Amino acid sequence: MYGFLIVLGLLLLVSVIWMVYRVQTLVSVMKGSEKKIASGSNKVNAAMFMVFLILSFILMAWYSVKEFDNYQLPIASEHGQITDNLFWITMAVTGFIFILTHILLFWFPYKYQYEENKRAAYYPDNNKLEIIWTLVPALVLTVLVISGWRAWKDITSPAPENAHVIELLGYQFAWDIRYAGQDNQLGRHDFRLTNATNSRGVDFTDENALDDFESNRVVIPKGEPVLFRIRARDVLHSVFAPHMRLKMDAVPGMPTRFWFTPTKTTAEMREETGNPEFEYEIACTEVCGSGHFSMRRVIEVVTPEEYQQWLAEQKPFIVQNPDLVANLPADKKKVAEIMIEENK
Amino acid sequence: MAVVNTATHGDHAHEVHDDHHDNFITKYIFSTDHKMIGKQFLVTGIFWALIGGFLSILFRLQLGFPEMDMSFLRPILGGWITETGELDQNFYLALVTMHGTIMVFFVLTAGLSGTFSNFLIPLQIGARDMASGFMNMLSYWFFFVSGLIMFASLFLEKGPAGGGWVVYPPLSALEQAIPGSGMGMTLWLIAMVFFIASTLLGGINYITTIINMRTKGMTFARLPLTIWSFFLTAVIGLLSFPVLFAAALLLVFDRSFGTSFYLADIYIGGEALPHTGGSPVLYQHLFWFLGHPEVYIVLLPALGITSEVIATNSRKPIFGYKAMIISMLGITILSFVVWAHHMFVSGMNPFLGSVFMFLTLIIAVPSAVKVFNYLTTLWRGNLIFTPAMLFSIGLVSFFISGGLTGIFLGNSAIDIQLHDTYFVVAHFHLVMGSASFFGLMAGVYHWFPKMFGRMMDSKLGYIHFWLTFIGVYMVFFPMHYIGIAGFPRRYYSWTNFDFANMYTDLNMFVSIAAIVTFAAQFIFLFNFFYSMYKGRKAPHNPWRSNTLEWTTPINPGHGNWPGEIPSVYRWPYDYSKPGSAADFIPQTVPLSATPESNLPHEEELVKLEKQIMAEEGQVLVANESNK
Ligand code: HEM
Ligand SMILES: [Cu+2]
Ligand SMILES: [Cu+2]
Repeated sequence: MYGFLIVLGLLLLVSVIWMVYRVQTLVSVMKGSEKKIASGSNKVNAAMFMVFLILSFILMAWYSVKEFDNYQLPIASEHGQITDNLFWITMAVTGFIFILTHILLFWFPYKYQYEENKRAAYYPDNNKLEIIWTLVPALVLTVLVISGWRAWKDITSPAPENAHVIELLGYQFAWDIRYAGQDNQLGRHDFRLTNATNSRGVDFTDENALDDFESNRVVIPKGEPVLFRIRARDVLHSVFAPHMRLKMDAVPGMPTRFWFTPTKTTAEMREETGNPEFEYEIACTEVCGSGHFSMRRVIEVVTPEEYQQWLAEQKPFIVQNPDLVANLPADKKKVAEIMIEENK
Repeated sequence: MAVVNTATHGDHAHEVHDDHHDNFITKYIFSTDHKMIGKQFLVTGIFWALIGGFLSILFRLQLGFPEMDMSFLRPILGGWITETGELDQNFYLALVTMHGTIMVFFVLTAGLSGTFSNFLIPLQIGARDMASGFMNMLSYWFFFVSGLIMFASLFLEKGPAGGGWVVYPPLSALEQAIPGSGMGMTLWLIAMVFFIASTLLGGINYITTIINMRTKGMTFARLPLTIWSFFLTAVIGLLSFPVLFAAALLLVFDRSFGTSFYLADIYIGGEALPHTGGSPVLYQHLFWFLGHPEVYIVLLPALGITSEVIATNSRKPIFGYKAMIISMLGITILSFVVWAHHMFVSGMNPFLGSVFMFLTLIIAVPSAVKVFNYLTTLWRGNLIFTPAMLFSIGLVSFFISGGLTGIFLGNSAIDIQLHDTYFVVAHFHLVMGSASFFGLMAGVYHWFPKMFGRMMDSKLGYIHFWLTFIGVYMVFFPMHYIGIAGFPRRYYSWTNFDFANMYTDLNMFVSIAAIVTFAAQFIFLFNFFYSMYKGRKAPHNPWRSNTLEWTTPINPGHGNWPGEIPSVYRWPYDYSKPGSAADFIPQTVPLSATPESNLPHEEELVKLEKQIMAEEGQVLVANESNK
């Protein structure tokens, strides 16, 4: 049925096109406009450029202003402030060029449309002009690049010593979160150790791993540096926290990292946006299979005090599941058991 | 082939050609005539554009109308529509992947370069055919086979490749990860190998022909910008496609022979794989070493075509001919050293990120120069809006809009947020997709009379242009907003996330605009095929253009010129030259014949010209007496 309708629609379309075509050919033969260099359509097309210029600018300006609060996500990290500034500076510069060049591009066709007894200017080159419009963009770009480079250098610099270390492990199709625990050191991992009870492949012979714990949301303190250590278990994924202006691929076999300092707690953000359900989110931005669009995790930014309190409540893996250390060599097992006792 | 010595002006090769009678097979199928091969590329390209466009409509339906019951598509898509009438999620990714692959490689590389390099190079440089007609034919047939294989992969039970057009491993290497990485990916790789072979065969031919077979007087400084752009495009392709081949080959090894070039430390489907030591980032480096130059392979021919069309229809010389060539050269060279700007957040060393940020923003400079030169060419022209001219102006607009967003993305600090969002989608669809597509259209409208001896209907062309131009902006401009808002690419649906659970109206708008724009292409199709048989007969030089192709007969045969190949005495942009009565002086008119319009430095050349013509005469006489 639908197929029939589609075919019918296509036939209709083609016949309309054909009729328009025939009618206007006959008309143009009558008028003899075939013989002219530029027919009456030339004026119409020239005018259309102006119409397009004006209407589309109005549309763009109206929509950009009206939607500003929608597309401009609130910023919640220190470096996000800087990169957003760069973004809007670049927007100002390119926006100016965009408007200027488009006015010229659409106004010239209108202004210099064909006239029978006019002649175009023979103006093949002008080295001075060429040099000017090579140098000016070069200079402007240099300024943009240098400011971008300085921001990039800071963002990618090594994390401060005191950064809270959190591991994000991407897999099809979710993120596993692991905290470094009291010692703020993540235990080693080995993908060969992965199994149903140890989904992160944590190596519990490493003492640093004993106090590591899991969480189903990323809880972090406001105003203190946080270091994401990012891994992938199967294919590429990418951590994207839009409000933190943070993105980093998760690569199997090559741990990556990104550090940042959150500036607003979830509660503050709820107030600011007037949305009592607001949550910071993590999404995946590297295509990874059918569930790519559903790898959601929540980041909860809390005050440092709340954070310490929360931290104290968390139970290490080995406390939650003592079987994890059942097969360790005797000496390591001893340490682990003490750890379990302490955390009971 | 006797064709090779055309540079010596008076050979009789064409007569030899006229003698043998073409049958259907040698004329239309296994043709070695560059014009026919060009048309073959064009028609095949149009076929693929329809397929690629149709796929995009399918996933736009999903994005614009996520709630829609798609059962009505079951006759076409069969099992890819689930019981509940939804699009299968894996198939969604397959659609995106195939759309990208088809558009980038089959339409905008083969369909554009293949068509116009083949069709125009011999005609515009004054040669009887390509250096090797046979290799040229092979080039088309490798492309054809590549297409067949890719097409077949659409019908596999588990679907075609689904890892995105960049097919990053490990996703593309592991069948456990996505069904498309099984047979679908195998066919993708085989198809690409044929495609690469096709591109290389074509490219070698273009380069050789341009270097060796220019007619007398056709120095490099007198080549139309179209030829310059085809030349540089072929050079880029020749240097970069082999790297894609290498990347694909290593991927084949990883997939089928247990090597670990790209694979390491993977636990999937309940087991740890034996691979260690490989690097997925290595693949990205190899891929983008082709991938970035590829975007210029797609764009440069379009820019070349546009330069020619704008100059002709402005009745003005292209402004800054030399600057245009230098910027294209600059782009060619720089395009090889910016690839890692696609990888700022791939986990590669941030220092590399800094280096590539500097290099990337340098490439914006020659692009800017080109834009200013186009604008100045329009300035004080006498503009005739043929459909080709409209599409060229449209191209410049897209090139500006899309190029400017490149400046955001090239800045690694800003790219952190924008990478892999719809902002990138907007960027490259404008600057690469739409701009090149408009270049292709401009070329078709402009050279249709030369291809088929008939005119396309210009009114339909105008309607086609305006619908497409407005449509493209309505489709891609809103994507900037969506991208700034952080919507990730290649998402089946955005409703899982609070931050992206909006703009349903805007996405619906985009989808409707996409459908209308796609429908508008049928106006073109009608115009194209109808005019081919029923169009008004073309005059000799319908656009009053200077270049050589318009000196051939209206329907040029094998060998292009029935008599001698004309010599060239001037550059191709003598439009509206002061002193000359006509507003154009074809390249074949000697300077000595136009004393009224010669510039001072050209007067010098006249003396030289006379001397050469005298020598010519002697040679000709000698030839005659040798007979
Ligand atoms: C002004 C010069 C340009 C600059 C600075 C620039 C910069 C960039 C950057 C940095 C990206 C990566 C964005 C990301 O993935 O996060 C990108 C993506 C892209 N650019 Fe450009 N670009 C420019 C011009 C062009 C041109 C002229 C073309 C095509 C003719 C083009 C085609 C593409 C494509 C196809 C992609 C996306 C590939 C993908 O991820 O699938 N760009 N551009
Ligand atoms: Cu993903
Ligand atoms: Cu690039």
